[in-house]
Amino acid sequence: MKKVFQSAYLAFIFLFLYVPIIVLVIYSFNTSRFSTNWQGFTLDWYRMLFTDGPLMEAFANSLIIALSSSTIATVLGTLGAFAFYRYRFLGRQVMYSFVYVLMMSPDIVMGISLLMFFITIGLSVGVTTLLLAHVTFCLPFVVVTVYARISGFDRHIIDVAKDLGASELQMFRHIVLPMLMPAIIAGWLLSFTLSLDDVIVSFFTTGPSFEILPLKIYSMVRLGIKPEINALSAVMFLVSLVTVTAAHFFFAKENK
Amino acid sequence: MTRGSRFRNFAIGSPMLWIAVFVVVPYLIVVLFSFLTRDPEGIVTWTLTLENYREIFSPVFLKVCGNSFILALGTTALTLLLAYPFAYILTRIDENVRRFLLVLMIIPFWTSSLIRTYALIILFKANGLLNTFLLATGLISEPISILYTETAVFIGLVYTLLPFMILPLYASLLKLDRRLMEAARDLGATSRHVFFHIVLPLTLPGIIAGSTMVFLPALGLFYIPDLLGGARSMLIGNFIKNQFLTTSNWPLGSAASVVLTLLMFLLLVWFFISTRRAHSGDMETVK
Repeated sequence: MKKVFQSAYLAFIFLFLYVPIIVLVIYSFNTSRFSTNWQGFTLDWYRMLFTDGPLMEAFANSLIIALSSSTIATVLGTLGAFAFYRYRFLGRQVMYSFVYVLMMSPDIVMGISLLMFFITIGLSVGVTTLLLAHVTFCLPFVVVTVYARISGFDRHIIDVAKDLGASELQMFRHIVLPMLMPAIIAGWLLSFTLSLDDVIVSFFTTGPSFEILPLKIYSMVRLGIKPEINALSAVMFLVSLVTVTAAHFFFAKENK
Repeated sequence: MTRGSRFRNFAIGSPMLWIAVFVVVPYLIVVLFSFLTRDPEGIVTWTLTLENYREIFSPVFLKVCGNSFILALGTTALTLLLAYPFAYILTRIDENVRRFLLVLMIIPFWTSSLIRTYALIILFKANGLLNTFLLATGLISEPISILYTETAVFIGLVYTLLPFMILPLYASLLKLDRRLMEAARDLGATSRHVFFHIVLPLTLPGIIAGSTMVFLPALGLFYIPDLLGGARSMLIGNFIKNQFLTTSNWPLGSAASVVLTLLMFLLLVWFFISTRRAHSGDMETVK
């Protein structure tokens, strides 16, 4: 009896999480434009989606920003995690707290603080400011992910490398980096997804000169429901699905 | 200068410089602006004032904030109630099934909140699936309007933020040492005692982490009321956004942001204290 009740509860929560998304995916194949009744299967909305110039451009922009910001954030974040682990320097503790503050701080506060900063230094919002903003909010997630792995290291490995005459750079390049690789990949994937999905920070840090997908969807949805958005949402859901599943199995294998 | 120290300086310098320029400086600007006076002509005048903070704590704005707080607290409470049993059951099922369910649980966490909010619009529409379903089952006799109500915003926040409550709770419940529960039961404790005196205190860090990850976004996710609540702005997030986009009162928006950030600090401090307490509890049991 208890088992049945437990399974039923799990099913209830999973249904709550998934029903809206599944309904959305089903509707993306519905012939009817306005009605919610099922009027037959169509791929028209997907065809319209892939021939919609501005939407595809926004999608390309989103990909460019996500790829470049997650890569920059991963390089900086990995160096940062290594620096926090290996070196003692002035302001280390303060900076490390800032990493946490940055990770927890409400998106809207980060968005407006960066907006005010860019305006103060006279940088007009567009592709550059968006890239800077995305690197900034991805950075702490990389630092924390990589730091979690590096702090589990045996410090003797580094000492041995140093004793054998390796420079800091050689030790980092040949010993630390290969050992950190799973965490670096995880940090990159995390940043990529965060960047691709962000609405709030982007809302304040880009302008009409550089449109990205989430903001485009936001402005389209405010004007009402369109079947193309159903199709687009279904595609984006599929991307998350594939990324998460792939990452999960990659790391499940890695941890064995 | 040796090669090693050059690398050292680079490894320390580049990320720290980034954080200093793009995090510390912008936050200082927000704090500074929150003490400046609004200038209807330009943006601000360089007159220091506490007026913005006074305005935030004035009845008019307290009402906005109060409403947002109640909504965020309600969201936190409901997600906690829904997620706790869910995470608890999940930690005690068969390893193989669990691995699959874990992926199923993480996917919504990584799906764009905007798209998940949009999915709700389709469900909530007057001729949407929810109404069709309720009419068909005879629970209601005519379509109810959910979309563009406060209820829709509440459901939207719960739906969007539930995964952020589940994951930290799951992580802390997984770490729970089951032998403690068995020991308590052997010593004659009832299920209720075991839950309130052992399970709950030991998973408190998870509860606080989850609550922080739900409560703070629930104050700031301005696009959920925008999309599900019609034109009404209900969250502190909408309030801050409006200060920058419509009324262009930057000092007031900055002051609201400072208050929000201080709130985050309080929650973080609470989290660290309770984590330490939970860990010292571990040590006592080892002794």
